[in-house]
Amino acid sequence: MSGVRVLVGTRKGAFILKSDGLRKSWDVSGPFFGGWEMYHVKGSKVDTDRIYASQSTGWFGQLIQRSDDGGATWNPVGNQFQYEGVPGTHQWYDGTPHPWEFARVWHLEPSLTDPDTVLAGVEDAALFRTTDGGQSWAELAGLRENGTGPFWQPGAGGMCLHTIVVSPNDPNRITVAISAAGVFRTDDGGVTWNPKNEGLVSGEIPDPDAFVGHCVHRIALHPSNPDVLYMQKHWDVMRSTDAGDNWVEVSGNLPSDFGFAIDVHAHEPETIYVVPITSDSEHFPPEGKLRVYRSRTGGDEWEPLTKGLPQSNCYVDVLRDAMAVDSLDSCGVYFGTTGGQVYASADSGDSWEPIVRDLPAVLSVEVQTLA
Amino acid sequence: MIRVVLPAHLKALAGVGREVELDVPGAATQRTVIDALEGRYPMLRGTIRDPVTQVRRPFVRFFACEDDLSHESPDSPLPEAVVTGTEPFFVIGAMAGG
Repeated sequence: MSGVRVLVGTRKGAFILKSDGLRKSWDVSGPFFGGWEMYHVKGSKVDTDRIYASQSTGWFGQLIQRSDDGGATWNPVGNQFQYEGVPGTHQWYDGTPHPWEFARVWHLEPSLTDPDTVLAGVEDAALFRTTDGGQSWAELAGLRENGTGPFWQPGAGGMCLHTIVVSPNDPNRITVAISAAGVFRTDDGGVTWNPKNEGLVSGEIPDPDAFVGHCVHRIALHPSNPDVLYMQKHWDVMRSTDAGDNWVEVSGNLPSDFGFAIDVHAHEPETIYVVPITSDSEHFPPEGKLRVYRSRTGGDEWEPLTKGLPQSNCYVDVLRDAMAVDSLDSCGVYFGTTGGQVYASADSGDSWEPIVRDLPAVLSVEVQTLA
Repeated sequence: MIRVVLPAHLKALAGVGREVELDVPGAATQRTVIDALEGRYPMLRGTIRDPVTQVRRPFVRFFACEDDLSHESPDSPLPEAVVTGTEPFFVIGAMAGG
């Protein structure tokens, strides 16, 4: 029978939530790696038993864990992320040059075709790749060395490469997002990279339409139409129809266009989801109402989805990697909050139920659809 | 035989009890003890020292014989009581936070 496995990374460990295709009854296991920050846990699409997890603390650094049995058991693999050559400097918060220093892995993106190949986005921003199941990692240094690196500056959460989008039509086309540098794309498998920030306008930087410096929060695409990209920026929800060459704002009637998460319906390429957050300093929903907003038109026109979500006194946040969709016939949508709730909708967002309510603050949510 | 006491997270990661015993070839120093520890338990590589620079992580401390040895040279000899196994060598997760 079909089912889903929801992989949840939190501030104090990882959790796995499993259900059958009805998604009514859930089995919760964990915490795995209790006490560690689990920035991201993500499974391979070609081998659903293969799962990778980013495990770190300020005390003991970075580990990468790998499971080959669907999360039942785990083994640490390689954790050496060494920048190529002499990495030079980027800008510090005060605008002074600051040397590149590895802090942690924010995002793991398994290959769409090979379970042993994974891309890792790290802080300070760079992209690494393993082709041996995580045993060794090599930097795709062309990104950091594309010429704009000395102008990159950390966002409040650090200078992190947090989003990796690989085109399902062309594995050599990879789009990444860095806070606070913006969007970059390679069309040659990671050798050369170019900024892709045309159309982004950010009032928080001296030149609002600068070629780099934008605080992009997340990018998502639908696999059937990979040239259409959707972005939640620091402020503004954006859309590109040319793989990031140009962006236009599609915030429309959202109550706030600040937010972190954005994702696309599994079967409707123009149906997208965001969770509006009040502002860059008020990281909670407007009016204390936790609302997912859905657009069935690729943006601009949005409807609030509230059934089953708290509509008063709710002051949690939903972080950039904390929303995901399954690919069952009736698309499931999932998101986790900094209050420790993981909500699920088995009907494309029309109604919601909490799977769990009291986890540590949720950093990431990913879903595996099981045969 | 050098006795090493690990913090809880690293005990869990290595799958060991409170204390491990190590044969350390040559002079017993912070460097040779951690080298031997990582050799026996490779999953600990990078958790006590930066995997590239081999520098002790800022929130890891080394204690022995009621002294903080963290700021000693990694190549300084460890106290005789540690070398003889009378006293353990402590790897500590430093107090941090409220």
